[in-house]
Amino acid sequence: MTAVTVSGLRIDLDGRGVDVVDCVDFTIRAGEVLGLVGESGSGKTTVGLALLGDARRGARIVGGCVLIDGQDIVGLGPDELTSLRGSTVAYVPQDPSMALNPALRLGTQLHELFEFHQREVPAGQRDERIRTTLREVGLDSDDAFLDRFPHQLSGGQQQRITLALAFVLRPRVIVLDEPTTGLDVTTQALVLRTIRELCAAHQVAALYVTHDMAVVADLADRILVMYAGRVVESGAITQIFDKPVHPYTRALLAAVPVVSQRRELVAIPGDTPSPGRRPTGCAFHPRCSEAVPECATAVLEPIEVGDGHSVRCIRAEPLAAGPARATARTAAPREDIGDDVLLRVSRLDAFHGKKQILHDVSLDLASRECLALVGESGCGKTTLARSIIGLHHKHSGGILFRDNEMAIRARDRPLAMRRAVQYIFQSPYNSLNPRRTIGETLREPLKVLFSMPTAKATAAISETLERVSLAPSMASSYPNQLSGGERQRVAIARALVCRPEVLICDEITSALDVSVQASIVRLLRRLQDEEGLALLFVTHNLALVRTVADRVIAMREGRLVETGRVDDVLDRPRDPFTQKLIAATPEFRAASAPVPSREDHS
Amino acid sequence: MDGSSSVARRLWLSRRLLLGVVVVLLVSVLVFLATQVLPGDPARAVLGHDATPERVAALRTELGLDRPILDQYFAWLGGVLSGDPGRSLVTQEQVSTLIGDRAVNSAVLVLVAAAIVVPLSVFVGAWAGRRRDRPVDRVVLVVTLGLTALPEFIIALLLVILFSTSVFPVLPGTVLLAPGQSPLSNAEQLVLPVVALVLGVLPYLARLVRGSVIDVYESEYVRTARLKGVPERVVLRRHVLRNALVPAIQGTSLALAYLTGGIVVIEQVFNYPGLGSALVDAVNNRDVPVIQLICLIFAACYVVFNLIGDVLTVYVTPRLRTAGR
Amino acid sequence: MNTTLLRRSLREPRMRIGLVLTGLILLVIVVGPLIAPHAHSDIVGAPYAPSSATALLGTDYLGEDVLSRVLAGGQSIVWISFVGTLVGVTAGAVIGMTAAYSGGVMDELLMRAMDVLRAFPPLVLILLLMAMAGADTALMPLIVAIAWLPQVARVAYGAAREVVSREFVESAETLGAPRLRIVRREILPNVMTPLMVEFGLRLTWSIGVVTAMSFLGVGLQPPAADWGLMIKENYQGLALQPWGVVVPVLCVALFTFGTNLITEGFARTVARVSPQEGHS
Repeated sequence: MTAVTVSGLRIDLDGRGVDVVDCVDFTIRAGEVLGLVGESGSGKTTVGLALLGDARRGARIVGGCVLIDGQDIVGLGPDELTSLRGSTVAYVPQDPSMALNPALRLGTQLHELFEFHQREVPAGQRDERIRTTLREVGLDSDDAFLDRFPHQLSGGQQQRITLALAFVLRPRVIVLDEPTTGLDVTTQALVLRTIRELCAAHQVAALYVTHDMAVVADLADRILVMYAGRVVESGAITQIFDKPVHPYTRALLAAVPVVSQRRELVAIPGDTPSPGRRPTGCAFHPRCSEAVPECATAVLEPIEVGDGHSVRCIRAEPLAAGPARATARTAAPREDIGDDVLLRVSRLDAFHGKKQILHDVSLDLASRECLALVGESGCGKTTLARSIIGLHHKHSGGILFRDNEMAIRARDRPLAMRRAVQYIFQSPYNSLNPRRTIGETLREPLKVLFSMPTAKATAAISETLERVSLAPSMASSYPNQLSGGERQRVAIARALVCRPEVLICDEITSALDVSVQASIVRLLRRLQDEEGLALLFVTHNLALVRTVADRVIAMREGRLVETGRVDDVLDRPRDPFTQKLIAATPEFRAASAPVPSREDHS
Repeated sequence: MDGSSSVARRLWLSRRLLLGVVVVLLVSVLVFLATQVLPGDPARAVLGHDATPERVAALRTELGLDRPILDQYFAWLGGVLSGDPGRSLVTQEQVSTLIGDRAVNSAVLVLVAAAIVVPLSVFVGAWAGRRRDRPVDRVVLVVTLGLTALPEFIIALLLVILFSTSVFPVLPGTVLLAPGQSPLSNAEQLVLPVVALVLGVLPYLARLVRGSVIDVYESEYVRTARLKGVPERVVLRRHVLRNALVPAIQGTSLALAYLTGGIVVIEQVFNYPGLGSALVDAVNNRDVPVIQLICLIFAACYVVFNLIGDVLTVYVTPRLRTAGR
Repeated sequence: MNTTLLRRSLREPRMRIGLVLTGLILLVIVVGPLIAPHAHSDIVGAPYAPSSATALLGTDYLGEDVLSRVLAGGQSIVWISFVGTLVGVTAGAVIGMTAAYSGGVMDELLMRAMDVLRAFPPLVLILLLMAMAGADTALMPLIVAIAWLPQVARVAYGAAREVVSREFVESAETLGAPRLRIVRREILPNVMTPLMVEFGLRLTWSIGVVTAMSFLGVGLQPPAADWGLMIKENYQGLALQPWGVVVPVLCVALFTFGTNLITEGFARTVARVSPQEGHS
């Protein structure tokens, strides 16, 4: 039975005639999970909210219809929408720590739903239903728990509460907006399982909005892929992963790293265009490897290429007939790792206040090596990286560069050491001074560490920008004129101008889209080959470890639990924690099947 | 909540109290030192220019002015704490009797103004914040903008000019109180001073409430509440106001402190016999003991208001209230 | 770097009205003494005389010409409040930024000292300091500056605190850049806008406070011509001859109105152009 039918949905920015999304059609059957996948700026969240008749401030639903159980909710008055939301259509937000009212007890927030939607249910029954739902989402259901405030819960528990809030009235439809983004993989795996079970048990139609291909592969029955406000491809899970047709879907799949094999990631050139700046015709054509001249002008209609599998591309039929090129080829492990130790950490204990964060941590980094440091949030991996660069000061034990002790504070270290070890921060939105141009930002290390005259520095900056594939003219831009990927390249350039030997990368791709992540990973790999850099790569993403690293160290609660060559550790983990981590990392099925690589066809 | 957190809370409270006491003590040191630098000899100020050097010396000894400065400070502090802050250099009255009535008068003025301005600001701010960018909100913004621009004593003078002299002479522009008479006994006299104080604080507090209401309306949890189908009036009452209250409490404690500062000049305008006008007189007469005590009272009020604000904030913020678990 | 912002803010109507009002008052202040019909301390008639051909706005409590005194009476307010605000905001910014960037003991020491100063309502602190200084006009800017110091330091501290924890500051830290260079190049440009808004606010309040000081008798002393002093002198005769009070009150009101509109216009531009302090 069809629970949701969306057709011709269009949402505009207020009064500007610019569409955020347009021509969106799909249906969801009761009990079905539909995955809505897209990168930032694709309009996926906008579509999700439209199912609740909602649009963000400054946007408005201007066309199409959204049928929920046969009733069109577009154009409903505020009161009708209010009675619909929460009872017929429920919403699970992205960040539960922000989405739960900090001033209200959990019990109040749950009971509230009955107050406005199912007044007729007697108090005792309400209580019983709340407790049942809490148990279903894997939480305690006693009074003490209901009396708690949101801040007294862990991130995973908070997300379970938002699930309970969504499921307690047994809605027909649930919209889940990237509900596991902030969670560790082990927690994510449990939450995903809960979602799957609840949707099946209660025959709820679910729309799961996400940027993560691997998550929907485990969860969804069907998938919609969105790009620049349009659905570019839709189909059953096997169709999308085994026989993707749209060049964007193929490119996206080729950009995603997987745990099971060392893939060479393929980046999508360019950036996602924002609303109002989208190209005519097919919005993807400037970035598309299969584009023909007509793509710039074509009026696109979905083309059926299989049972329930449709593609919005004028070349859909020839592409579908040809062989699938979904996944990239596997990469060989690197061979030319040095055998000298560049950086050595020995028996490091680190503290935040009185709390011990690191316990007896030792590691070696050889020249030209990429060593990954992997673990869940709070395991101390960032503290370790910050201790090495001299930003975290409360520690004891040895940190040596080429057998010379590194002073605790960066500013007490000799010039040569400050040049040789460079750090790249997690958020490219925070690591560049918004008030200074890219050129000024890059000139700073040249002035401070090399006392370089301005003319020479300008030449060095142009050259470095080119090395990270940015135009030298970008030196006069300010950070907010750049995309996230460009900013992270600038941050890498800032490290490169110092001619370093060691780069410490702290989760440097976690704030980026996968296609951009792929291009940054490729850049790092190239720099490593060209300049012989050693990398300490801090991440929570095991799939990324497989692709970028030579050796890996797994950390848990401030201790090293397993160390070894990447392929050994990921294929044959010995520590129970590493095993659990690998098992919990979601992965799409198609990846395990051997697929022809680009070269086989050209 | 449970035992450990209530212990933690009591610990926090006693630390906070101690900090307040320390601030007041430091203020007393500052006040005392400042008055020591005052030009002129208090003894000569009392006796006048034609006094003999012997009489001046005798009075200096009597006032303790020949003792080391630390001794003088502790003697003064001891006096203040035991309710004997000395005598006025001008009238020779006990400072405590001189100030007692006036302190009550000022307190009445501040409390009446606060009782009006706090609820009014919360109402106006919440109303404007709820109707953000609508006509109501714009009017509130423009009016408060105009009012913040005007120094409160200019507001007071404009009120006097408008309502008690030329244009609509309907209200008294000066306050006449017999010693010991309660200012509440003649409420008509209080109207203009109270209105001046209210208009001085209202724009600040109303804008603060508006801002925090808007912030909360923009928050993800209000969004969640709406997507849960909570009706708009309940969103305001249950989800918005409760959280918007927190910055408003801090703002109110600051506003009250600001009110106490505001009375200095307002009292002068309306010739109101309170602490503010007493301070102005004392400064103009270099009446050191009076200056010292009044400054200390003002600073202590600030510390107390702040303390109350902090305690209330912790009380209404679950995250702070249940800290320690 | 802030020039674009200033240029943009000129499009804001509030800014324009504010500039016109402030410009008008400044014109009166600068040109006024030159076109005044009488010297400001000449006796031109009986006390509290109504307006006449010799004294357009009548006379004051001594029989001096109100108009001439109004035209001459704004200069001290302008320079005292401007210098006082400049010194106060600069010193407060230095203290706040130093505390925020140094952290630790320095932070505690500086900010707790500011807390103690903040316990005095500004006007009470000013009265206390003026009592010490003894109605010395030259010291008035300094005293105004001290009165604003704790509040400005707190604002600067808050703004700098937020910047200090950002990663671009840490990045400069890993280079081992000199501390002063980090403050100047990384922190200061990012707290400049809130400091400029703060300057505008404090300037508006300084004008009020400086007027109030003279009104309370601890500022300028007779026979100086000054709006605050005029209000004080002629207040008793308000019912007889309102102009001696009304005109200076209106002048101060328009002046503070103007500076406040300018501040508000600038702040609105900042908020609109760059919620996150950007440039685009």
